[in-house]
Amino acid sequence: MAMTRKQKRLAVISGMGLVLALAAALIFTALRDQIVFFYSPSEIAEKAVQPGTPIRMGGLVLEGSWKQEGEVNSFIVHDGQTRMTANYTGILPDLFREGQGVVTEGSLQLDGTFLATNVLARHDENYMPREVADTLREQGVWQGEEE
Amino acid sequence: MLIELGHFALILAFALAFAQAGVGFAFWKRGGAAAAFVQQSAILQFVLVGASFAALTQAFIVSDFSVKLVYEHSHSIQPMLYKITSVWGNHEGSMLLFVLILVLFGAAVAAFSRNLPDDLRTLVLSMQGVMVAAFSAFVLFTSNPFWRFDPAPIDGTELNPVLQDIGLALHPPLLYLGYVGFSVCFSFATAALISGRIDAAWARWVRPWTLASWAFLTLGIAMGSYWAYYELGWGGWWFWDPVENASFMPWLAGTALLHSAIVMEKRNALKVWTIFLAIITFSLSLLGTFLVRSGVLTSVHSFASDPTRGTVILAMLAALIGGAFTLFALRASALRSGGLFAPISREGALILNNLFLSAATAGVLVGTLYPLVLEALTGARITVGAPFFDLTFGALMVPLLLLIPFGPFLAWKRGDLAAVTQRLMGAIIATVLVTIIVFTLLGFPVSLAPLGLGLGFWVMLGAIAELFDKAAFRRAGFRRGLARLKGLPRTVWSTAIAHFGVGVTVLGVVFATAFQTEIVTSMRQGESAEIAGYTVHYDGEQMLEGPNYIAERGTFRIIAPWGTTSRLTSERRVYAVSRMPTTEAGINTYGLSQMYVQFGERFGADGRVVRLWHKPYVLLIWLGAIIMAGAGFLSLTDRRMRIGAPQAARRKRPEAAQ
Repeated sequence: MAMTRKQKRLAVISGMGLVLALAAALIFTALRDQIVFFYSPSEIAEKAVQPGTPIRMGGLVLEGSWKQEGEVNSFIVHDGQTRMTANYTGILPDLFREGQGVVTEGSLQLDGTFLATNVLARHDENYMPREVADTLREQGVWQGEEE
Repeated sequence: MLIELGHFALILAFALAFAQAGVGFAFWKRGGAAAAFVQQSAILQFVLVGASFAALTQAFIVSDFSVKLVYEHSHSIQPMLYKITSVWGNHEGSMLLFVLILVLFGAAVAAFSRNLPDDLRTLVLSMQGVMVAAFSAFVLFTSNPFWRFDPAPIDGTELNPVLQDIGLALHPPLLYLGYVGFSVCFSFATAALISGRIDAAWARWVRPWTLASWAFLTLGIAMGSYWAYYELGWGGWWFWDPVENASFMPWLAGTALLHSAIVMEKRNALKVWTIFLAIITFSLSLLGTFLVRSGVLTSVHSFASDPTRGTVILAMLAALIGGAFTLFALRASALRSGGLFAPISREGALILNNLFLSAATAGVLVGTLYPLVLEALTGARITVGAPFFDLTFGALMVPLLLLIPFGPFLAWKRGDLAAVTQRLMGAIIATVLVTIIVFTLLGFPVSLAPLGLGLGFWVMLGAIAELFDKAAFRRAGFRRGLARLKGLPRTVWSTAIAHFGVGVTVLGVVFATAFQTEIVTSMRQGESAEIAGYTVHYDGEQMLEGPNYIAERGTFRIIAPWGTTSRLTSERRVYAVSRMPTTEAGINTYGLSQMYVQFGERFGADGRVVRLWHKPYVLLIWLGAIIMAGAGFLSLTDRRMRIGAPQAARRKRPEAAQ
């Protein structure tokens, strides 16, 4: 078992290399497969997002579109051009409002609606999700203050 | 008037810190008057910033709305506790708290490092001076909390209701004690690079600061996690959110630092790496501050962020970190490592620990920053969420957890894996048995969860095995073994306890993730729902008035599987001033498990949407963290840890520790 100095060093370095290669491989695979894209309703139409792919969708909740039956909610998200009906079962965040920004997580269904598994909460009355603000600015419907 | 005095005290502290850095770096070799000045200046800064912070706190306590910050973040009807916590419940005040803790650590170094060589202490304090000057300038010029209004408004605009909680009193101070504590390690690292004094003694001087910061950061993160769990109302305790990652990365790097410093202290090896880790850990703390304060990443925990000020922090970050790494590049090659060792040895195990922890830190860093990079490059907006982190971080933690129990058993220089496995046989058999029992109880499910539980048990049992082995019960008999167990050095105890805590947290995480049950349902008054053997009965709602809010409170009766009945209330509040609604989840604790009830929107005449969770053994997550932090503090009390404790104390360690 007597290893020479050189062999010891080689063993340590190859062991380290192995762990690092494993970590790098993990990170790259995960970055390819496990990231979630954010789209506005218009982008969903443009980019032909496949039903079933997990995505985030954000925009403004259309005034008067929120329907509620017990725990089952439906509302329309729009970005000034395109509208998308979202369905969500659960309790909406405290600051969910018609006419305000929202970010939902879920996937497109075969019937063209969006099934949300999560509606993201905000903590602050003035807070507009950054992605939503950017999208709205691109579509020219941004009404908030300029940064 | 007090506010102006506070403002003035902060300006004085800034000027003093500037002088401290200048004098220190110019005359660090001389000692004498320069060393004394730097030391006294560090203590005086603490007095000055303390006075400044007290002045601001006083303005909040008496609700002096002529101060802009008080107007913006407080209100006269807020309960006193929240008036005080409002001081740091905003950007300006929290940066002042950051500076306060920075000078606290500077003063602590000045006061408790009398045994340190003059030149090293002067260099450390000079580096602290640079940071105090930079951050107090940041507060004074970009985030000044002392501006006034004229005329004063009649009343304030209230602290964000989500922050009106005991959590705000504990979480930010603890987290900052951790973040900022690592600045001392950073200063020690740069001081070592400048002076060229990097040896085992250096590692011994740094270790108490690393330990204390690490323990505070552990508590801060755990407190933040529990706070988010009960306050946000969605039953989650960790979201892999950028702001959470920001606090987790320095923790991972700090944990690695804690372990590599042991190698440096005991074997005079891994010097370059330890210095590098000390710099990286504080750099990640600063990056965390930048991410939280700037709002460049969308986070569920972002409060009152401001992108313009974020840029200034980014510039400071670049200057500090860039400077430190330049120094590192220039001087690190001069360091010589001592201590040869075989791959299988205590050193080897600690290197492996460092490899996995650094790889995990890198994984979290990539996942946190990748959205920024991708958006800058391609314009695509993405989220890197839990699936990414579960895969990368989770996969890296499995081998690390498997290896934890082996580490403390291996001898320095050359270990014998077969012999260690033999000494761990008891723990191995117990782990296999427990895992088989768990599988049987769960009916052999096709999932990784029972293996995860096995992993948690393995780490816990391995830690116990280490203590028993070191006490040598088998050889010495029960009586003498017990005496030897008591006589083990506190650092040995704290290693075992901290590792035990890791196992406890792993158990909690696996239980709460894999075995929780959740239902969303609409309940009319008098109806009941079943979840995980518990019956939840909805008794109706009532309106009630709090000090600064009105609430709709739902009352539930919960009948546990073993027949006891308990009451639970869950509220939806609307705060009087900001008109902001919040949900206060109702949580009942049964042993280590919890029933979690979120009270939703109205349904029909007397119904409510209700979301129920049963969280088995969820408290283990935070209990484990508290055990880890406790172990850190215990280790600090070891007499060998005392700063500048004489070498001789090391030789007196009992033979049992062999």
